Amino acid sequence: MVDLADRSPAANDTGDVAPARRSVPRWAVTTASIIVIIILWEIFGRDINPIFGSYPSAIFEAFLTLLYNGKLGAALLQSVQPFVVGYCAAIVIGVPLGLVIGRFWVAEAALGILVTGGYAMPLVALVPLLVLWFGLGFAVKAAVIFLMSVFPICINTWLGVKSVPKTLIDVGKSLVAPDSVILRRIVLPATLPYIMAGIKLAVGRAVVGMVIAEFFTSISGLGAIIINSANNFDTATMFVPIIVLMVLAVGLNALLGWFERVVAPWQDEIAGRN
Amino acid sequence: MGEVSLIDVSKRFALRIDGNVQTVRALERLSFTVADGEVVALIGPSGCGKTTALRIAMGLETATGGAVTVDGVAIKGCGYDRGIVFQHAELLPWLNALRNVEFGLEMKGMRGAELHDTAMKYLTLVGLQDSVKRRPYQLSGGMQQRVGIARALAIDPKVLLMDEPFGALDAQTREALQTELLEIHARTKKTILFVTHDLDEAVLLADRVVVMQHGRLQEIVDVPLPRPRDDLAKIRGSEEFSQTRYHIWRALHAGAPTLH
Repeated sequence: MVDLADRSPAANDTGDVAPARRSVPRWAVTTASIIVIIILWEIFGRDINPIFGSYPSAIFEAFLTLLYNGKLGAALLQSVQPFVVGYCAAIVIGVPLGLVIGRFWVAEAALGILVTGGYAMPLVALVPLLVLWFGLGFAVKAAVIFLMSVFPICINTWLGVKSVPKTLIDVGKSLVAPDSVILRRIVLPATLPYIMAGIKLAVGRAVVGMVIAEFFTSISGLGAIIINSANNFDTATMFVPIIVLMVLAVGLNALLGWFERVVAPWQDEIAGRN
Repeated sequence: MGEVSLIDVSKRFALRIDGNVQTVRALERLSFTVADGEVVALIGPSGCGKTTALRIAMGLETATGGAVTVDGVAIKGCGYDRGIVFQHAELLPWLNALRNVEFGLEMKGMRGAELHDTAMKYLTLVGLQDSVKRRPYQLSGGMQQRVGIARALAIDPKVLLMDEPFGALDAQTREALQTELLEIHARTKKTILFVTHDLDEAVLLADRVVVMQHGRLQEIVDVPLPRPRDDLAKIRGSEEFSQTRYHIWRALHAGAPTLH
């Protein structure tokens, strides 16, 4: 058999063209940028009237206070519970729904318009209605978070199913695979990168949903700290939950990114990301 | 046995163009037979319907008229008696080479050690025994196409159908794979029907060349080159090669098609 010099990077040991090495690692640039922002904020923040704004060192002090008197921990726990329930429900319902809508034209014709409309719906306007239905406690918060996250997850899955190349379906047919097998073994794995994209997109929206719920239903958790400290003009304390939420969202996003690389590693290579 | 026949195959598409529905006659009563163990090339200008004919033979599309038979039995959709190799390998990107070849065998119901060993056998046949754990994006174009060939052969079809299998590859890889295909054919004696737009390739690989024009059969040209075809370079320089090539070229550039 003819043995060709294969061009895959894994076997390239001739070293003639090394992958372009950045002079500075990515994490260093990110960290440096954050430090610069914090420093600038600290310098210019001190001049602002404490009612209108705050600065990193004051915020950090407030953070430590909240941490040591246990309020931050308790609030976080209160907020996270409906978040987890709402977000996970959005995945469990959104993904299969997206698969069905993408696969069957009848489902798409019937439900597609509802999903697209739901995505654009201003949830804030619906909260009073949701309170009437679900009360003021845990259920309504989970419902708000669910409604905020389910639509992007469903739509991305739907788009993913429709983006499966017809040629891959041909492969399944040419190997005499029945429709159910094609759906499970070809369409589903091919849609996985899109599903992951939808799930990541939904994180930010779920966090917004959580705060909306805490503002407009029974005030609790991190939203409560924000409202109460705002009412007391304690701007430094108000920033603490905001930053905690940002860190949480970024952290969850990074976790999902890692999970995505574990579950769908081929997408990065195809798209040429590194 | 692996004889495949196209009998009066016609295919019409209804296309909506500018609000009007137009009927496109992709194939018009196409008939020819590929004998058992024969290699036949299907050649013609772009849009002549050769890929459509191949897809109908595979069962991926249905003819609007006529029939395709394998060993005298009319086909109904795809089957394990026919395997296809696509122009772009179309490997499942989330599976490594071995699992890609095993996929078809799994559909056939094979499991366990037999599944693994059969897949390995065909990957070895195409020379990829050392790259079985690689994912498609870690394989070069030529290697991916070899996996595609292994996948099609693994299900042990009677007929191997190939749709411009080397069209997407660079010239050198193409030549290497053409040599390999001849070796595979010599070893497995499979019936092969392949679509190409490359005249050289048609003459080098085929026993007969079916020339199509506008969805119809133009002419069938015999290739008088003996087998085994070991030295492709020498063959390219031979008189028979040039004459056959010219014959096909003339057929491709002839006027109205002769009706058979």
